[in-house]
Amino acid sequence: MKLIDSHMDTNNAIISIRDLKKSFDNNVVLKGIEVDVFKGENIAVLGRSGSGKSILIKIISGLLKPDSGTVKVLGKEVNKLSKKDLQELRLKIGFSFQSSALYDSMSVRENLAFPLVRNKRNLKAKEVSAAIESVLNDVGLSQTINQMPSELSGGQRKRIGIARTLIMKPDVMLYDEPTSGLDPMTCIDINNLIVKVQDQYNATSIIITHDLTCAKATSDRVTMIIDGKFLKPGTFDEIFNNDNEATKSYFNYNFINIK
Amino acid sequence: MREETENIELIQKKKYIISKQLDAFFSGIYNVYLFIIQFFKEAFSPPFEFKELINQCYQVGCKSLPLISLTGFITGLVFTKQSRPSLSEFGATSWLPSLISIAIIRALAPLVTALIAAGKVGSNMGAELGSMKVTEQIDAMEVSGTNPFKFLVVTRIAAVTLMLPILVIYTGLIGMFGAYLNIHNNELTSFPAFINSAFNTISFLDIIASISKAICFGFTIGVAGCYQGYYAKNGTVGVGMAANSAVVLSMFMIFMEEMVIVQIVNVFR
Repeated sequence: MKLIDSHMDTNNAIISIRDLKKSFDNNVVLKGIEVDVFKGENIAVLGRSGSGKSILIKIISGLLKPDSGTVKVLGKEVNKLSKKDLQELRLKIGFSFQSSALYDSMSVRENLAFPLVRNKRNLKAKEVSAAIESVLNDVGLSQTINQMPSELSGGQRKRIGIARTLIMKPDVMLYDEPTSGLDPMTCIDINNLIVKVQDQYNATSIIITHDLTCAKATSDRVTMIIDGKFLKPGTFDEIFNNDNEATKSYFNYNFINIK
Repeated sequence: MREETENIELIQKKKYIISKQLDAFFSGIYNVYLFIIQFFKEAFSPPFEFKELINQCYQVGCKSLPLISLTGFITGLVFTKQSRPSLSEFGATSWLPSLISIAIIRALAPLVTALIAAGKVGSNMGAELGSMKVTEQIDAMEVSGTNPFKFLVVTRIAAVTLMLPILVIYTGLIGMFGAYLNIHNNELTSFPAFINSAFNTISFLDIIASISKAICFGFTIGVAGCYQGYYAKNGTVGVGMAANSAVVLSMFMIFMEEMVIVQIVNVFR
């Protein structure tokens, strides 16, 4: 993890969110999210199920449109981009889905090649193969290259999902519950991989999780969605020792002795 | 007084339910209309997904051949067998080839092929896209810079629209072959005599009408399957519902279209 205090100038933010609101019918989920995420920083977003964590990163990636507010990624306002510009921006954003979202009908090799072949059409077959081998090495799963997603374990699927985003060398990584449904040892592997991605790819990451171990191990700053708004981001310890009642009850409920 | 109030409340409730169902029905039609408009927009704007289109044509066309062959052959054979007693009562079994060719080319080949395709291809599309939707694979495709509508929907609808006419011609030929075997076995009709008798009664309009029907049916199967799958929700239950609705909707629409096209063709006959 990196100390990035010196870069924490709002103008340098890679992701900048202002007064973001989103509701579904009468259910107001996000009530004015404000946050800046800086170059090379990992920020974890905690919160109860249904608090709008996944909605937030879907808005950042342009999969959902906000009701109001602005979301800027790499200086571009996501919801004002044309379809073509949004597709270009998305090439710089990696999205690791909670369900891994590997294409069932394709092998691991084809899954990894898919974004590369479709977006960099002038690449030669050798270059594609080299890129696939490289990211598979990074996630430590070279042996799975010819396997189908159905033959992989949950942890392997998550790592291949991350590898599929890394192959495009993204500037921004969005992780949706990267450790959910995994055993503690595999969780540690995934946490290490997230830190490795930060170090090796210098990616700016938002990690949506309710796994406190993951938040502590992978993030420079942590925040929490409480009643549709962000708690002021701070280090894990600052948030852990926060006086806010909602934070206290959340941490007590997840009665893990993080310290 | 109390009874009257309860009656009014009941009527209001029923009115509310009916208006909600009507609302869902009409908004459903409107959404399908938007879906079709989007299909045409995406289909005729670059980049074109030729590789995936060929892959889908293979999936729809080649992989349906065994089932279509068997069904077409049995249809021709059984229809001939069932028609013979009626014609033999009038000593008109020599009309069998003409009767069978009219029945197969005008109605049976397009209808049987479309119904088989609705069951096999339509349900497959509904289930495949539905499961991709609920497991976020479509979202994953979108965030990786690929237009999922163009890649998944346009190619599938185009493939089934292109392949169904070919399958219909194939079914027609196989059906006629089944009919010929039965007629040859019973009436000892030679192959040239059968062909001569069968195709003398078939006009160019019949063939054009059949191919037009096949194009309409194919497009309908593609739209129904892809629409149901692409907008599937509620997890695995939703996937099952998408596959089921794709088949039911496309079969219903095929019969409706058959009725309309027959009326239109009769105007020109």
